[in-house]
Amino acid sequence: MSDMRTPLSRVRGLGSAKKGTEHFFMQRVTALANIPLTLLLVGALVVHAGSDYATMTAFLGNPFIGLIMLLLIVSAVYHMRLGLQVVIEDYIHGEASKLLALIANQFFAFTIGVACILAVLKLVIG
Amino acid sequence: MTDQTTRARPLSPHIQIYRWTLTMMLSILHRATGVALYAGTVLLAWWLLAAATGPEAYAQVQTVSSAWYGRLVLFGYSWALFHHMFGGLRHFIWDTGRGFDLKHVEIIARLTSILPLILTASVWVAAYAYLGAF
Repeated sequence: MSDMRTPLSRVRGLGSAKKGTEHFFMQRVTALANIPLTLLLVGALVVHAGSDYATMTAFLGNPFIGLIMLLLIVSAVYHMRLGLQVVIEDYIHGEASKLLALIANQFFAFTIGVACILAVLKLVIG
Repeated sequence: MTDQTTRARPLSPHIQIYRWTLTMMLSILHRATGVALYAGTVLLAWWLLAAATGPEAYAQVQTVSSAWYGRLVLFGYSWALFHHMFGGLRHFIWDTGRGFDLKHVEIIARLTSILPLILTASVWVAAYAYLGAF
């Protein structure tokens, strides 16, 4: 039972959940990325307030706009998946319901992400 | 032994016990806006898929987004976005180990409550200007 390893060596890299600081770090990285990306989207939406279908699809079909949209989708979906995971872990205490909610979170985030990516790719590539 | 473990143990007080403070409200709002934005991605996906599908599908989005209830949801969506963004910036400051003393906590709390409101209002004034409302 005696453990010769120092507490630091046990914690370094990976903690008890074997994930280390990845959750925290990626939550921050995606948060940082979300700032310029969402500001660009909000700005684009403001400028296109009242734009018709043809104008909007031409705008979204631009590869550079498509790139911004894809980066935003990936970063935002990653970020919200991490965020809701913490909310679920905080408020849902039953093991079975917690596990189901965590799986539902994964399914929802991936479905939204893939749906948005699919739409953007169609708009850009046609 | 078994009796002891099944006996109801005292619980720590929940939020209704405490006096409400701005910092406490912001902490709750940060989480609430985060969850709202999570749900709101359905609207983002609907908008993008409709644009990718065709004019009829896009017309449905436009009908809803130009109706009063659609505008109300979009207004809330934009506020939630800015509020969550400034809440996040507040956490970035705290991540550096700064701004934990009561004076700065209070200043940051006031700024992160007011600035999102100003930004939301500005964005909507700009959007209505592009719509030709002025």
